[in-house]
Amino acid sequence: MRHIISVRDMDRAAIDALLDAAYEIEARRYNPQRLAGKILALLFYEPSTRTRMSFESAMARLGGSSVTMGSVEASSVAKGETLADTIRVVSGYVDAIVLRHPKEGAARLASEFSSVPVINAGDGAGQHPSQTLLDLYTIRRAMPINGVRVGLLGDLRYGRTTHSLALALSLYGAEIAAVAPKGLELPSGILRELADRGTSVTEYSAIEDVIAGLDVLYVTRIQRERFPDTASYLDIASSYRITPELIGLARDHLIVLHPLPRVDEIDPRVDAMPNAKYFEQAHHGIPVRMAMLSEVLA
Amino acid sequence: MTEDRAQGLLISPIRDGTVIDHISAGQALNVLRILGITGTTPESVSVATNVASGRVGRKDIVKIENRELRKEEVDRIALIAPNATINIIREYTVTSKKGVETPAEVIGVVRCPNPGCISNTSEPACSRFLVTPNGLRCHYCDWLVTKEIAEHIL
Ligand SMILES: [Zn+2]
Repeated sequence: MRHIISVRDMDRAAIDALLDAAYEIEARRYNPQRLAGKILALLFYEPSTRTRMSFESAMARLGGSSVTMGSVEASSVAKGETLADTIRVVSGYVDAIVLRHPKEGAARLASEFSSVPVINAGDGAGQHPSQTLLDLYTIRRAMPINGVRVGLLGDLRYGRTTHSLALALSLYGAEIAAVAPKGLELPSGILRELADRGTSVTEYSAIEDVIAGLDVLYVTRIQRERFPDTASYLDIASSYRITPELIGLARDHLIVLHPLPRVDEIDPRVDAMPNAKYFEQAHHGIPVRMAMLSEVLA
Repeated sequence: MTEDRAQGLLISPIRDGTVIDHISAGQALNVLRILGITGTTPESVSVATNVASGRVGRKDIVKIENRELRKEEVDRIALIAPNATINIIREYTVTSKKGVETPAEVIGVVRCPNPGCISNTSEPACSRFLVTPNGLRCHYCDWLVTKEIAEHIL
């Protein structure tokens, strides 16, 4: 039985296989009844409407159906049932489980109690492998991933999507430039892990210093609550804002990604530029999640 | 000779049981915690701390009477006392003497320091860490414990 819990569990061959499958699906070379008769449970212990919708849509496009838990307040969770018990029961109802949970490691725990495959759709500040896979897929649709130069921008301390992405990129010999405000730099544990995987990370505090050498710019949100006061937040946020003028310093083929939703990090004037790939990136969630569902269910 | 006599004054020889020698100085009580030996368990235990030793400068020694520790029990102490040696004593004679080997995984020894980790909830998740060259990595949340492992012992 195959679970998809963390990119740390995946080698390059496993990731490439999923990205290849997603490409075939996007090119409409797939059987739309591949998962006919299969039922997927969507267990969302915290709201993430778009992730849930994209898994539901992916399942429907493969001919399968989905059941959801409904609101957490109305379910046995409110009566104090453990996740482990819920998983033991629900895995008897369905063919696979997609889990979103506020606690880190919840999906790993669920996989230990489930009789069907578990896909992690985000566990707290932890792993969210479908996001990482669709990020990689978007890069690969634009250029070969091998040796790509990626700038990670924003809150790199708490923004775990960048940690998972960096770990996955290390399998492809990528070069990583980390651009973060003081206090929000990549944690030392991640830097050490990347170094062990042979990936060098160069740290910058200003995006202007590095954008000219990048192939990919991955922008993440800087949250207001990380700063002591609004003034210091606005000061930092404005200096990390992506504008057409900034993109003008970059090479033509630079692509700009963002896990969305964005707030002010990217000037809306960038949306019309050919470099802006963040909406395509969001759309890639469907073929990538279809590939993941096929992988664990077919 | 001097060293032997000094130790003899500190702790007398035991007839049957286990002597853990060459424990990193100051770690003897943590070793007992890892082994699950507390004031409420029946073993007769003697502890010597900061004993002069040519090999590691200062060391701790623990003697546990009438209990022979199994290898998988003692390997867990490698996390905090990597140079320890385990002597099994029968009739005042050392019948086996071994070092400790760092296990690949430690289960039920260390609490995950991440407050958001599923292993720190009421879920039936036993603390489980992978031993890596950089430290202990939580099986659930990937948190890396690099220093002060002793502070996180359950
Ligand atoms: Zn943990």
